[in-house]
Amino acid sequence: MAALPPYASPAQRTWHYTFRIICGLIFFFLIFPIMVIVPLSFNSLPFFTFTPEMLRLDPAGYSLINYKDFFTNPDWNNALRNSVTIAPVATLLATSIGTLAAIGLSQSHVPFRSAIMAILISPMIVPLIISAAGMYFFYSRIGLQGTYLGVVLAHAALGTPFVIITVTATLVGFDRSLTRAAASMGANPVTTFFKVQLPLIVPGVISGALFAFITSFDEVVVVLFLGSAGQKTLPWQMFTGLREQISPTILAVATLMVAISIALLTTLEFLRRRSERLRGLTPA
Amino acid sequence: MASSPATEEAFVRFTKVQKSYDGENLVVKDLNLDIAKGEFLTMLGPSGSGKTTCLMMLAGFEPATNGEIYLGDRSINHVPPHKRGIGMVFQNYALFPHMTVAENLAFPLQVRNVGKAETETKVQRALEMVELGEFGSRRPAQLSGGQQQRVAVARALVFEPDLVLMDEPLGALDKQLREQMQYEIKHIHENLGVTVVYVTHDQTEALTMSDRVAVFNDGVIQQLSSPESLYEDPQNSFVAQFIGENNKLNGEVTKITKDTCVVKTNDGTVLKADKVNVDAVGDRTTISLRPERVELDPPKKMDNMLNGKIEELIYLGDHIRVRMTVAGNSEFIAKVRNRGEKRDLVEGETAKIGWSTSDCKALDLAS
Repeated sequence: MAALPPYASPAQRTWHYTFRIICGLIFFFLIFPIMVIVPLSFNSLPFFTFTPEMLRLDPAGYSLINYKDFFTNPDWNNALRNSVTIAPVATLLATSIGTLAAIGLSQSHVPFRSAIMAILISPMIVPLIISAAGMYFFYSRIGLQGTYLGVVLAHAALGTPFVIITVTATLVGFDRSLTRAAASMGANPVTTFFKVQLPLIVPGVISGALFAFITSFDEVVVVLFLGSAGQKTLPWQMFTGLREQISPTILAVATLMVAISIALLTTLEFLRRRSERLRGLTPA
Repeated sequence: MASSPATEEAFVRFTKVQKSYDGENLVVKDLNLDIAKGEFLTMLGPSGSGKTTCLMMLAGFEPATNGEIYLGDRSINHVPPHKRGIGMVFQNYALFPHMTVAENLAFPLQVRNVGKAETETKVQRALEMVELGEFGSRRPAQLSGGQQQRVAVARALVFEPDLVLMDEPLGALDKQLREQMQYEIKHIHENLGVTVVYVTHDQTEALTMSDRVAVFNDGVIQQLSSPESLYEDPQNSFVAQFIGENNKLNGEVTKITKDTCVVKTNDGTVLKADKVNVDAVGDRTTISLRPERVELDPPKKMDNMLNGKIEELIYLGDHIRVRMTVAGNSEFIAKVRNRGEKRDLVEGETAKIGWSTSDCKALDLAS
């Protein structure tokens, strides 16, 4: 925020400070509910509230018992294993399909472009519960309901729109004469894609992949419909944990998931900046 | 056509090529064009004249709607762009921003599986040809516009294609750099003997660099000839107006002899002109006359002698532009060379002017 200019009127000064306060409140509103979970997850007692010991900062009030439960309880172990086997595969699928779709749909000669785009984007707009119910009936028919493949495919379908949108946005700045130049130099379309186009749109692909991963990793509605006990993911286990056992372990899980999300975002943002620098968009 | 290389076998040949984007309007109408090996041919024309479309069809990025395009002795209508082996320089250079200059130049060699040592030698040689020997490790974004332009030229030539296409490659450069690059490209062409098809809307560029110029308008080649005959002997009034400065005098043909004709202008002045494309007595015609061919106060008798009222004098250093009213046309321009001697040109007075028959051409009526 820029400093106040010397000619600012009293009303402008008031607004300047009010604006800062409003911004602060918005941040607080967004972040506080997440942040409060972190200290709570170290509670030594199985409660969802701060104990007097914790408030006094007495070391006896804190423990890693919730984390220990998460890493030793077979229910949570299974859920973790399912989540880390489903999310990456769904991400890979969504990223490949979404990138190719975005490139195809960016070409002006493709007929019904906006209609196709609308259909591909629809999982993002249609209420999740409706997609989930529809997938449930469809996948039951073709025998995918309750299978690992079914959950992966459903999550890929949910993640694809994010990839399409981010890659399409990157393609707007992509100079089509570069692919023509590559062709004039004798590169076939596949070489042109991997050597010229992909390196230049990779920031969009990475952002899309991140969204697709988070979509799958956080998803609970579709997996409740489509999964069987064998595909219980972390969010599903948390949901059951809340509803049936009220186990404080979910506080530890939530903290870990927040940490993973932050780590992912940071890494990918770093990668994105690096490749943007490499493609010469920002000076080195 | 006036100066087509008659005996040489065509290297690139367009036969009856038509192009339509929407299935209704023809952007290129029945194009027939032979380009000889080693020739520098420029397609010149205003925007929308079909010149870039022709280049794109030759490069393979646009399919021809009708007709055949030959490269050497084979038809390339069904050959995809990457198998045509044609080098191309794009208007915006199209350098790969994620690669260094050397990697850009190595790209066409890598896709051809040229060995590493040979690639390095060729890349270095190409960079030195455009005087950028030290710049191999830079990225395109770190180069000036002129340097990027040179890299683009080097990249189009590094894999030694027989044919190089250039699509308004100098359009983004400032005037001085553009003139310098014109000579550089011309010299590279002379040294390598590569065939060049060059597209531009800049007539100076076309006249400076080309062996032959094809003037496009409305999807049709209006004239295909050497720069000199394009300027000296325009075949129709579009070419006369598009190339260089030109005075227009409209009139009617009253008499035709073998090579000349007599034209009566709208205000009744009678002029003798070269007969270029008028057919019969009574035809409406536009006479085209270059401003520098008009003599003020001609010392001896000339074929066409008349009086003009001086409307405006514009001093331009090396010459003086004299705007006059001649034969009813108030936009008539005469260029008077500045020889240092005092001239008694006064605005508002009447001066005697004259020019010879061979300098004015009776063409089709200009629109």
